[in-house]
Amino acid sequence: MNSLIPLLVAAPLAGSALLLLGGRAFDRFGHWLATALAALSFGFGLALFWDMLGRDGEHRAVTEHLFSWVPVNAFQADVSFRLDQLSMTFVLLITGVGTLIHLYSVGYMAHDERRRRFFAYLNLFLAAMLLLVLADNYLLLYFGWEGVGLASYLLIGFWQHKPSAATAAKKAFIVNRVGDMGLSIAIMLMFAEFGSFAFTPVFDSAHEASEGKLTAIGLMLLLAACGKSAQVPLQSWLGDAMEGPTPVSALIHAATMVTAGVYLITRSAAIFNLAPDARTAVVVVGAVTLLFGAIVGCAKDDIKKALAGSTMSQIGYMVLAAGLGPIGYVFAIMHLVTHGFFKAGLFLGAGSVMHGMDDEVNMRHYGGLRKHMPWTFATFGLGYLAIIGFPGLSGFFSKDRIIEAAFAEGGTEGWILGLCALVGAAVTAFYMTRVMLLTFFGEKRWQPDAEGNLPHPHEAPRTMVIPMVLLAVGSVFAGALFDINDSFLKWLEPVTGHSEGNSPLSSWTVTGLTTVCMLAGLGLAYVMYGRSPVPVVPPVGSPLTRAARRDLLQDDFNHAVLVRPGSALTATLVFFDSRGLDGFVNGLAAVIGGLSGRLRRVQNGFVRSYALSMFGGTLVLVASTLLMRSV
Amino acid sequence: MNPVNYLYLSALLFTIGASGVLIRRNAIVLFMCVELMLNASNLALVTFSRMHGTLDGQIIAFFTMVVAAAEVVVGLAIIVSIFRTRHSASVDDSNLMKL
Amino acid sequence: MIAHLAAATGTTSTGEAVQFWVLAVIAVGGALGMLLMRKAVHSALCLAATMMALAVCYMAQGAVFLGVVQIVVYTGAIMMLFLFVVMLVGVTSEDSLKEQLKGQRFAAVLCGLGFGVLLIAGIANARLDHFTGLAEANAEGNVPGLARLIFTRYVWAFEVTGALLITAAIGAMVLTHREHVKAPRTQRELAAQRVRDNIQVPPLPAPGVYARHNAVNVPALLPDGTVAEDSVMATLRERGQVRDVSQAMLQRMAELENSTADWLGRPSSERPAVAGPRKSLEPVPNHENGEEDAQ
Repeated sequence: MNSLIPLLVAAPLAGSALLLLGGRAFDRFGHWLATALAALSFGFGLALFWDMLGRDGEHRAVTEHLFSWVPVNAFQADVSFRLDQLSMTFVLLITGVGTLIHLYSVGYMAHDERRRRFFAYLNLFLAAMLLLVLADNYLLLYFGWEGVGLASYLLIGFWQHKPSAATAAKKAFIVNRVGDMGLSIAIMLMFAEFGSFAFTPVFDSAHEASEGKLTAIGLMLLLAACGKSAQVPLQSWLGDAMEGPTPVSALIHAATMVTAGVYLITRSAAIFNLAPDARTAVVVVGAVTLLFGAIVGCAKDDIKKALAGSTMSQIGYMVLAAGLGPIGYVFAIMHLVTHGFFKAGLFLGAGSVMHGMDDEVNMRHYGGLRKHMPWTFATFGLGYLAIIGFPGLSGFFSKDRIIEAAFAEGGTEGWILGLCALVGAAVTAFYMTRVMLLTFFGEKRWQPDAEGNLPHPHEAPRTMVIPMVLLAVGSVFAGALFDINDSFLKWLEPVTGHSEGNSPLSSWTVTGLTTVCMLAGLGLAYVMYGRSPVPVVPPVGSPLTRAARRDLLQDDFNHAVLVRPGSALTATLVFFDSRGLDGFVNGLAAVIGGLSGRLRRVQNGFVRSYALSMFGGTLVLVASTLLMRSV
Repeated sequence: MNPVNYLYLSALLFTIGASGVLIRRNAIVLFMCVELMLNASNLALVTFSRMHGTLDGQIIAFFTMVVAAAEVVVGLAIIVSIFRTRHSASVDDSNLMKL
Repeated sequence: MIAHLAAATGTTSTGEAVQFWVLAVIAVGGALGMLLMRKAVHSALCLAATMMALAVCYMAQGAVFLGVVQIVVYTGAIMMLFLFVVMLVGVTSEDSLKEQLKGQRFAAVLCGLGFGVLLIAGIANARLDHFTGLAEANAEGNVPGLARLIFTRYVWAFEVTGALLITAAIGAMVLTHREHVKAPRTQRELAAQRVRDNIQVPPLPAPGVYARHNAVNVPALLPDGTVAEDSVMATLRERGQVRDVSQAMLQRMAELENSTADWLGRPSSERPAVAGPRKSLEPVPNHENGEEDAQ
């Protein structure tokens, strides 16, 4: 059975290779092939899941060694997979949501002439992401990590004819580079400290290392997570990444890849458990991003960018939970899975709306779409209720648990984190309600296109509706399924460990507070956008709104703090290099060149001239010989 | 008179020949200058032979003449073939040593 | 007797001294003449004089055989070879006296002077006052003495010299031999070609202007007074030795017409222009020089 594990990765990888190398021959059916291979991978995942359920909790983790990858003396890296409950969760999420989004893309990308390439990239992404979560050592994980980065780059810039898409792809790649550097440094530190970077030896001997070293490793892992999961301070790329096709935003930049940072932190639990300072940093990053993303999401008029802000915020919740240690790991992953459902559903809904509205993304140009796109409205609505934490839906359970865990951290910290999370819940409700009202309710604010035709919104084709429905089902029931009897907790506990915190507030109090906050945010949004007509041209707004529209000045900040000093430094170095070093070297070369130019004239090609120099040379030789003898 | 004067004469002729090689442009005249230099050295060899009272110097001079004859034959053949292709016997015209 | 001449140690007889000074003047004069003459023929003749003088010098120093060989081989064979080549290349071609390489002449003279001074100083500094003389070596005659050495001690070098000469002879033949890529065209073929091309079907015009010039280097004149370059053979054209007399002819005719006009008393406006159309390769030479060139 374990031999199926490599096939999980191999199926989409083969699809990618076939589609990329097969050329035009695959143009007609390549998208179905890719979807089938994704589904096949999901099938393997289900089979392995069934197999795993047949064993008891402690024996569920299996390792499948494939081959030795880098056998260099002490530096041993294998291609070997570890399938435990944590990776199983991810495998099912990735292949399941991935398959649905493949299916959705068949409809969404139907008219794109580079569709085959798109599906090849999607398959490549699946393979890399599966490699990332299945790796049993950090080097192989790093390989997958870079693979998803590459796929993300290719897919964000898929419409590379648009300069904005090309720039966004580059931006994502470069910002991710910072995080990747963190991961590589973490791996180097591990190798220096433990002499290995495979999970088992590192985690087993983690307690022998000094806390300082573990903190350093933890901080570097956090940097990596920040880059991949768009956490402050490396968050700036996610908003621009929405330039990619919507299925990509749904799969990579909402459901799976951006959560790789959470996976990394959870997987490295053994390290973070022993490094409280690193955990504190994780918590701070999570809390800050949670509010940052939520505020940005409130101000955006671009539906995808509003959802991107939301993604950032929700991942902030997960990172916050992961930073809480054993209290929160399970809930981080639980929220990750439920988020994977409802956020993918929301993005697919957004894609469907854009599909119907001739690729219009400005929500101020929507309005009143619920009658025209009933399926989209229903599924989007369910996702919306799930994300704001409407009681009974999946977001309610997972978010509630995280807020509870934040309070359970204890002390002042616990109060601060808990309040942040509560405020975040309120703001989430606000901006999601805003998105909902602007898009599906109110009067029509449709704008004519360049030729003066109003858009004719229509329901998406069946290949797009089916995935949306399935994801909506997931976003409704997943939370309850996980929460009943703490089934998800019991499922993951053998891997991540779990401890109950001592919350100053009772569980029901927290739930009540959360619901109140949610309702407050919802009500405020209704007052602002539901009762009064929405202006088509955005009002000037408060300074905070204006800042939030510019992503809370993240790019200005990066520009002022990093780009400008960097450019100045580079300019200085260039100046020094060109004037100092090059000046010297070029000057030397010029002197030699000039001398050679003069000397070259001696070589004039005239035989008599050469004869003269020979004769002169003889003269000098004879004269000097005589001179030497007479001296 | 001291026979060493023959050597002075030889040196003088040799110098004139060498200068001629450097100054004249006509390949044929240039060759004549080389011949003059060879003759000057022959004179020195003959004088040395007389000085030492052996005939070896003369033998060497004899061989020099033979080599000079061979050289002239080949050299003039080269000049003729160059003249055929370039219609000139001036050594300055064939500055092909420079690309 | 010659052996006796060379027998003195230290000094020579007065007769040889006189002979030396005469020969030295001839040799140096010949060498300088060779260096300074513009025409290769003159240079060759000057060199021949120098070589003759040197041949006598050899004999005076007891090298009778070498003296004879010098005359026979050098002046007789090698210099004649030189003259042949000079004729082949063009007997009238001469060096322009203008030096093209900047500073070459000055540097050459400087080097020559330096070298000469060095050599003469070297000879002057060497102790060369004792001369054994060849009386003993030439006791059985110069030629048998040389023969004894050549065929004993130097026999190997002598044999190699033979190989060298053979090689040189073959080399000269290879160098001057021209391989015909295709069979040379016969006169018949050339004529047929000419008719086919229809460029110059009748024979080329004959050179010379009848009644005044019939030298081969004077081109015929066409009715309009210009030259017919085809009338001069290609070799002369190539060497630039065509003598254009058309200008002189036109000048003369214009003078004639002028004198007729003078005699008839015509106004100047009806007189022909003196300068006619002209197409020549060289500046118009004057009559007397032209005759000399044509020889």
